[in-house]
Amino acid sequence: MTPLVEMNNISLRFGGNQALNDVSVSLYPGEVVGLLGHNGAGKSTLIKVLSGAYQADSGQILVEGQEVQIKTPQDSQRYGIETIYQNLALADNLDAVANVFLGREKVRGAVLDEDVMELESRTILDRLRIRIPSLRVPVANMSGGQRQSVAIGRAIYFKAKCLIMDEPTAALGPEETRKVGELVKALKAEGVGIFLISHDLHDVFDLADRITVMKNGKVVGTVNTPEVSHDDVLGMIIGGVMPKHLPSA
Amino acid sequence: MQNTVQDTQKPRQGFASLGLDIRQVLMLGVLVVVWIAFEILTGGLFLSPVNLWNLSVQTAVVGITVGGMVLVIVARQIDLSVGSVLGFCAMIMALLQVSPPLGLGLSWVVALILGLALGVLIGAFNGYWVAYWGVPAFVVTLAGLLIFRNATFVVASGRTVAPMKQTFSLLGAGSIGAEATWIVGLLGMAFIIYQALGNRRSRLKHRLPVRPLWAEWVVNGVLILFTLAFVLVMNAYTYPGTNIPRGIPIPVVITLVVLIFLAWMTRSTRFGRYVFAMGGNPEAARLAGINVRRIMVQVFMLMGFLTALAAAVQAARLNAATAGLGTNLELSVIAAAVIGGTALAGGSGTIVGAALGALLTSSLQNGMVLMGIPTEWQNIVLGIVLLAAVFYNTVFLRNRRA
Repeated sequence: MTPLVEMNNISLRFGGNQALNDVSVSLYPGEVVGLLGHNGAGKSTLIKVLSGAYQADSGQILVEGQEVQIKTPQDSQRYGIETIYQNLALADNLDAVANVFLGREKVRGAVLDEDVMELESRTILDRLRIRIPSLRVPVANMSGGQRQSVAIGRAIYFKAKCLIMDEPTAALGPEETRKVGELVKALKAEGVGIFLISHDLHDVFDLADRITVMKNGKVVGTVNTPEVSHDDVLGMIIGGVMPKHLPSA
Repeated sequence: MQNTVQDTQKPRQGFASLGLDIRQVLMLGVLVVVWIAFEILTGGLFLSPVNLWNLSVQTAVVGITVGGMVLVIVARQIDLSVGSVLGFCAMIMALLQVSPPLGLGLSWVVALILGLALGVLIGAFNGYWVAYWGVPAFVVTLAGLLIFRNATFVVASGRTVAPMKQTFSLLGAGSIGAEATWIVGLLGMAFIIYQALGNRRSRLKHRLPVRPLWAEWVVNGVLILFTLAFVLVMNAYTYPGTNIPRGIPIPVVITLVVLIFLAWMTRSTRFGRYVFAMGGNPEAARLAGINVRRIMVQVFMLMGFLTALAAAVQAARLNAATAGLGTNLELSVIAAAVIGGTALAGGSGTIVGAALGALLTSSLQNGMVLMGIPTEWQNIVLGIVLLAAVFYNTVFLRNRRA
């Protein structure tokens, strides 16, 4: 099977700091790949290369086997890649509807079609089952879970083939975290490929099919989730070494 | 668990169901109080048709530019060059149309179009440095303030350039007559009704919540009454020695068209939405695929266009361009925008609020002139009002966040 997304030998330097050093990862349809590592290991930088926020100095990105150039966030969206950023990237002064459709508003002629956007936002947010009393208040006035669901709604509305979730549950309570987990499973069943970045090992073990661990801008290794223990993965994160009993998957 | 995102809030009761911006209602209240106070203090001069007609003309220049300033501030920028650019554009328009040897004697239409184009170009220049090189707008437009004020002096060697072409001067002091005023007023009322019906029908069709019927009646009824009162007042002021009504002044027609267009644009177009998104979270706007640099340049171009339009009105009203025309105007415009609820931190502000802010400041000035209060004291009062408005907005925003 052709991978949905392949990133090969990606390197990126910020001034004197080698943020990404020859990094390669892949993602198959209907698969969840967990990206783990300390702060500053390069996880967020890597996914920002894929989402078009940064451009790599060298390396290659393939989408469904075709090499693509991703220079801007629009490029990434055009290839069916949607991103939920760690800081959510919401315009706090705008309401939920405006945020879900930001940059891709529905219009009739030159005029924003507010009613249709409000209706479709409601449909998509219903799917997340996180209570939002009114879609027409600024998202600054919403709870962490509500803001998160707006950010997720924004990503899934546009029928992503590949979804990047950077710390999707960081701001959430246990109940809301569980709902996001259910959503990930549902999307997976629809054939969406998901890169999941998280600090929470339990989350990742629960949801990811494979785990890629990064340290100091390099990939330590990629393993199949069922074949490793928490301690194995912690060893990769902290020590930067592969578990002895495994080859890299 | 179904319909979890339905509007589960209780339907809003009483005043809240009018769906109004509390700050705008409050400002309207302040305006009413100020007007009544001046009416009493000036012994009935303030609310006379002649004074209200003058007041509307005096509000025009700030009214035309304030909407542009709202968008600039919402996008987290500032434009300090408005007064100087106004002076420069007015001078160029004057030099183009005034008869030789002082000017070129071109037709007023050519002068106006070239003047507006110049304003757009200067706006693009300001926006370019801000958007593509990250130079703070404060510095770019402070430079513009110096450059264009002195360029105004240089191009005319400090002379006053006059008189304008007769048709051009109507832009500043002409009015459209009684019949046209009624037509404008009736069109305005028809538009208010059309808009209200259209919105309600569309929301009902999509099964979205609507205001209660009585609230629609109150809000739109008040708007229609305002329009009617405006028409009656404008037609009550006659040409001296006759009973021919003047009707709405042309600069006020221009102001109303500009403000209504901008209010529509900020609420109903992608451009308006993106300006607010950039002000709320520039990084989010960029990641959403919005071309933030291009939008930024366009915001400054719009500001430049409006400044040039105001320049035409100002020069036409004076029937001359002077080297000092528009000095300190940027401060009045920024003050009107801020009094109207525009937050200097960006991301928040309304055209309607700013228009009310402009009307409030010009009312204070007009009323104090009628009372014979010296200029220094007028400015002290305006300063205090500005401070009070900013204080109120800060507290208002803090309480809403909490």
